[in-house]
Amino acid sequence: MNKMMSDKKVIALYILPPLLLIVAFIYVPIIMTGYYSLTQWDGIGQMKFIGLDNYKELIKDEMFWKSVYHSFLLAVFSVISLLGYLAVSLVLSGKVKGANLLRKIYLIPMLLSSVAIGQLWLRIYHPSNGMLNHFLSFLGIENPPNWLADPSIVLYAVFIPIIWQYAGFYILIYYAALKSIPPSIIEAAIIDGANPLQLAYKIKIPLISGVIKVTIVLAVVGSLKYFDLIYVMTDGGPNGASEVIASYMYHKAFRSFNFGYGSTIAFFLLLICVVVTWLIRKFTKSDEEVQYY
Amino acid sequence: MLKKAHSLLCVMIIIFALVLTGCSGTTNESTSSSGAGKKVTITFMHLWPAGSSKQQNMIVNEIIKEFEEQNPNVTVKQEVLENEQYKNKLKVLAASNELPDVGMTWAAGFLEPYVKGNLFAPLDDILNSGLKDKFVSGTTEAYAVNNKTYALPLELNITPIYYNKKIFSKYHLEPPKTYEDFKHIVQTLVKNGVAPIALGNKDRWTGSLWYMYLADRIGGADTLKNAINGSGTFEDPSLIKAAEEVQHLVKMKAFIKGFNGLSNDEAKSEFMNEKAAMYLMGTWELPNFTTNEEVPKEFRDKVGFFKFPVVDGGKGNVDSWVGGPGVGLFVSENSKVKEEAKKFVKFFIEKWGEQSVTKAGVIPATKVDTANIDLPQLYIDVLNELNKASNITLFADVQMNPEAAQTHLNLIQSLFGEEVTPKDFVKQHEEVLAKTQGK
Repeated sequence: MNKMMSDKKVIALYILPPLLLIVAFIYVPIIMTGYYSLTQWDGIGQMKFIGLDNYKELIKDEMFWKSVYHSFLLAVFSVISLLGYLAVSLVLSGKVKGANLLRKIYLIPMLLSSVAIGQLWLRIYHPSNGMLNHFLSFLGIENPPNWLADPSIVLYAVFIPIIWQYAGFYILIYYAALKSIPPSIIEAAIIDGANPLQLAYKIKIPLISGVIKVTIVLAVVGSLKYFDLIYVMTDGGPNGASEVIASYMYHKAFRSFNFGYGSTIAFFLLLICVVVTWLIRKFTKSDEEVQYY
Repeated sequence: MLKKAHSLLCVMIIIFALVLTGCSGTTNESTSSSGAGKKVTITFMHLWPAGSSKQQNMIVNEIIKEFEEQNPNVTVKQEVLENEQYKNKLKVLAASNELPDVGMTWAAGFLEPYVKGNLFAPLDDILNSGLKDKFVSGTTEAYAVNNKTYALPLELNITPIYYNKKIFSKYHLEPPKTYEDFKHIVQTLVKNGVAPIALGNKDRWTGSLWYMYLADRIGGADTLKNAINGSGTFEDPSLIKAAEEVQHLVKMKAFIKGFNGLSNDEAKSEFMNEKAAMYLMGTWELPNFTTNEEVPKEFRDKVGFFKFPVVDGGKGNVDSWVGGPGVGLFVSENSKVKEEAKKFVKFFIEKWGEQSVTKAGVIPATKVDTANIDLPQLYIDVLNELNKASNITLFADVQMNPEAAQTHLNLIQSLFGEEVTPKDFVKQHEEVLAKTQGK
């Protein structure tokens, strides 16, 4: 095996096919998007090269910055919700009765497609027939809010299903990470007299810090480029109150027939994601990798 | 080990190769079949799937069958997509210059980029070969750019206000003659805890219909039209007044709860479940209120319609409608079988006019003689109204170019949500129209 791996031809044979595919289907489109972002183009007719005009317009575009703010807000909520998932996983990974069943319950939202979840929550939020408002009026609240029509609430109303949707995913990751901690370490800590809180805070969390870091990156980047439920549930409305970067890009490119500008937003989104990932990695860099085997 | 790995790699390369050839295989096939010999294939893309538009789909298949029988050398290959998918696919195909030989398009603003990109063929030759007189006057103009017609319309839609007769009679209400009557109806219904109007303003064009009617009744047929095409101004007092009236209706609680977050389908179901008394919508809904067997007969019998009432002191006429042609057929400029495609379009339009009325309950863009066919009364009433129409104002978002249309639709949503004042509403319209027309 070692002999084979030192043969350059063999290495190339193995690496080239996927490399070509990745370059052809990921890097080339990225570069093309970068080029389109410098043009004025309705997606059908002639492309007109206009240099950085789209970017200048983007900087002045209030609606764009509003959508950026919404996307970052979603990222903050997602990261905060990670704490909750971590807590749940810590409990589940201990010796809890029915942990298996609970784990399955948490996982089920992940099995539904985004569109199905959107339809589901549209029914929950329906202003007159919805479960939520029925429940609220049952509690005696006379004018329950119009969840998806009120611009001051709509954003939070769509955040809830988004965060709910990913609960299972993160709980599963944390659970798997916690389960992979060698029992001997935990037993040793218990013998030393650590209570469950100390155990979680001083032993378990530091040991899975690498995984936590990964989930933070996943949650932030995932939030920044989030699109599905927003599209299904509110389509960015009412009047942009729930617009996020990706939905704004879609609206500009496919509804306003402004492909050049849409590409500009897409490229900007890419830059934001790259920068944010880099920042997170920089600030969460631990001094040493934890080794426990 | 080395051998094993190599053979694995070979298998992988073969799979890749198969995948790649598989992709290109389909395109080869279609070009060769259309070019070979006298046998030609016309590709036809439309948006009436058998599931959601059963009647229309049936008619399309019948027409195609008949056409193929008369032209044995021609095969028509269909591709059917649902509305939104259709719009997206058409755009992608246009960008890669692979439009179907015959397809469907919407009028005015939607059509314009395609015409500018030289993708649609002018159809004036078949229009002038006897087809022209068959259309209701004014319908083909919506598909014309620089005096050339680029598509031929299939449907014509106007938008009456449907109402539930049972609810109206319960509260001793009559279809309104004036806007004051209308407001009285709204008040009575609100007082009795019935939602007056079903409106799904998440889709935004639904709210635009209300604004357009008010603008028409207050400012007359041309004010809004001129404001949009740039010969007038959006800051016309009657257009501000219309915006004020919209907000007045919102304050009266005329529209169902949470209308800004509900889709048109959700709003429609409120009307169909008799939870709302009125519903302003295009005549494409007529089958649901007349012939659609899936809708309970008791409900269908309860539906009536009235014209948007006149506003006191307004310049508008009660016989002026908001509406417009729906989808039309285009022929691709780059089609290899252009002549056959044009022939097919002509054949289709002629057959469609006869069959769409009786079989699908759709109002065609061609003239219909209702005397000899058995039709539901509601349908005949609408057709008669259409014959009396003094003006049909094309839907505002269709009149505008896509960029201005999006701004218009967003502004409609904020107007209904009381987030923008009527003054700002018209001012922002004026700004975006000036900007997009300047380009």
